[in-house]
Amino acid sequence: MNFQDFLFYFFSGILVLSALGVITLRNPVYAALLLVLAFFSSAGIWLLLEAEFLAITLVLVYVGAVMVLFLFVVMMLDINLEQLREGFWKWFPFGALLSLVLAIEIGMVLMGKQFNLDNMPAPQPHGADYSNTKELGRLIYTEYVYAFELAAVILLVAMVAAIALTLRYRTDKRSPDPSKQVTVKREDRLRIISIPSESKE
Amino acid sequence: MDYTQQLFEQIFGSEWGMTVFILAKNLFYIFVIVVPLLLAVAYLTFAERKIIAYMQIRVGPNRVTFFGIPWLRGWGQPIADAVKAIMKEIIIPTGANKFLFLLAPILTIAPALAAWAVVPFSPELVLADINAGLLYILAMTSLGVYGVIIAGWASNSKYAFLGSMRSAAQLVSYELAMGFALVCVLMMAESLNLGDIVKGQQGDSLLNWYLIPLFPMFLVYFISGVAETNRAPFDVAEGESEIVAGFHVDYSGMAFTVFFLAEYANMILVATLTSIMFLGGWLPPLNIAPFNLIPGIVWLLMKIAFMLFFFLWFRATFPRYRYDQIMRLGWKIFIPITLIWIVLLGILLQLPESSKELFPLNLWFK
Repeated sequence: MNFQDFLFYFFSGILVLSALGVITLRNPVYAALLLVLAFFSSAGIWLLLEAEFLAITLVLVYVGAVMVLFLFVVMMLDINLEQLREGFWKWFPFGALLSLVLAIEIGMVLMGKQFNLDNMPAPQPHGADYSNTKELGRLIYTEYVYAFELAAVILLVAMVAAIALTLRYRTDKRSPDPSKQVTVKREDRLRIISIPSESKE
Repeated sequence: MDYTQQLFEQIFGSEWGMTVFILAKNLFYIFVIVVPLLLAVAYLTFAERKIIAYMQIRVGPNRVTFFGIPWLRGWGQPIADAVKAIMKEIIIPTGANKFLFLLAPILTIAPALAAWAVVPFSPELVLADINAGLLYILAMTSLGVYGVIIAGWASNSKYAFLGSMRSAAQLVSYELAMGFALVCVLMMAESLNLGDIVKGQQGDSLLNWYLIPLFPMFLVYFISGVAETNRAPFDVAEGESEIVAGFHVDYSGMAFTVFFLAEYANMILVATLTSIMFLGGWLPPLNIAPFNLIPGIVWLLMKIAFMLFFFLWFRATFPRYRYDQIMRLGWKIFIPITLIWIVLLGILLQLPESSKELFPLNLWFK
């Protein structure tokens, strides 16, 4: 066992344990925090696979933004576990189906020999000066440009749809217009009048 | 170095000796970076108190000294403050989640220190010269928010919770503008490596620095940096006039001090990154005799000090933003500006070679 193997088992161990914690812990805040840990450990494994761009992007996007909002929501919820459990048996078949699909997929990866994995040559390890990011950038803007643009458009549509769904037009609200506020001059608001002093009776 | 390496290989065997040697070497380098950094943090608090005091026509701390030396009066203040903080009791509120309550300050300071791994102090002086340095910095700075959110939740207090909610929303909003501003930098430098970004600004004078072609991005980045560090005028997460002290209202002693240290370490980090990406890092302002004889790290430190002064100046000058004004500035002003600048820069980069040779463009687009 060399150092790289040690790192792999270290990250995988933490990943499996924290992923187990995510689905077993009662406290949703703990579960969300363990999911963060799981993301971190998988980023570590990706780094070992020389996929530094994906690893750092995983941390940046999922840990830095998505999970923050997740945690934000989970902390604000007053979660009643009894209420959550009610629908368990109703949704059980659907959940079981999903886990079955997941198990088959994992099995297909693990039993690569049966699916002719040997036809794919093992990727060459690259030196420290090889820039994974540059290569990825070159590929998505040349070879996969249509797929990439399509994905971007789908994301944009999803974003617009999410905003449109949550937007409520209210006629009874009064909101300030900051661009008008900052252009206000003293003359618009202030009137100086000189009142002649009155003599005492 | 070779001798030490052989020593390690004798102790741990040839297979593990090299690994342990590299680990020990990096640990030593981390120590070399973190200890001066923490000292700088301590004296930044002193500088802040002094500078703001002079701006408000006061004197600031002028009592604590070393060994009774009169002209060092005030300079012992940060050390005295640190001793005081260590001596104080850490009170854990009754309803608090003890584990997360104590984890939160650690989660705040760890990313603030971890980001220093890729910062180049001079062409050779960098701990980890990785290709995706800029991405790493973005990832690390985006982690600081966890400490704040967890602190607010674990304190089991409404004021703390409100503070952490404000901070979470603010940090997520300003991260976008910050990221887009950095996209412009990497478009200019054609690299994510911080060392290469500085080398891209090399030239005869300070006209080559990215400050000039990317001036709006410099402003966006620096202001977003002030917002990311929760400093005045963006310190609604603390907002002492509304929510007492925000997310760290229930913290005391060293637990509070760690939050404080993290805030100042983050300030120094933002100042350093601004100097590296827009002010030419270790490069001298003029590449002629008296300037380029001074070592690069001195120039970098001077630029960092210059940017840090702005942080303190802002705090003494501006009143706190209203919450809706913060959100407006982030989403409706900074993000459109950065998006327009990215498109403009893309067009400039695609100009034909002959027009790039013309005077101002040939400085930056080589």
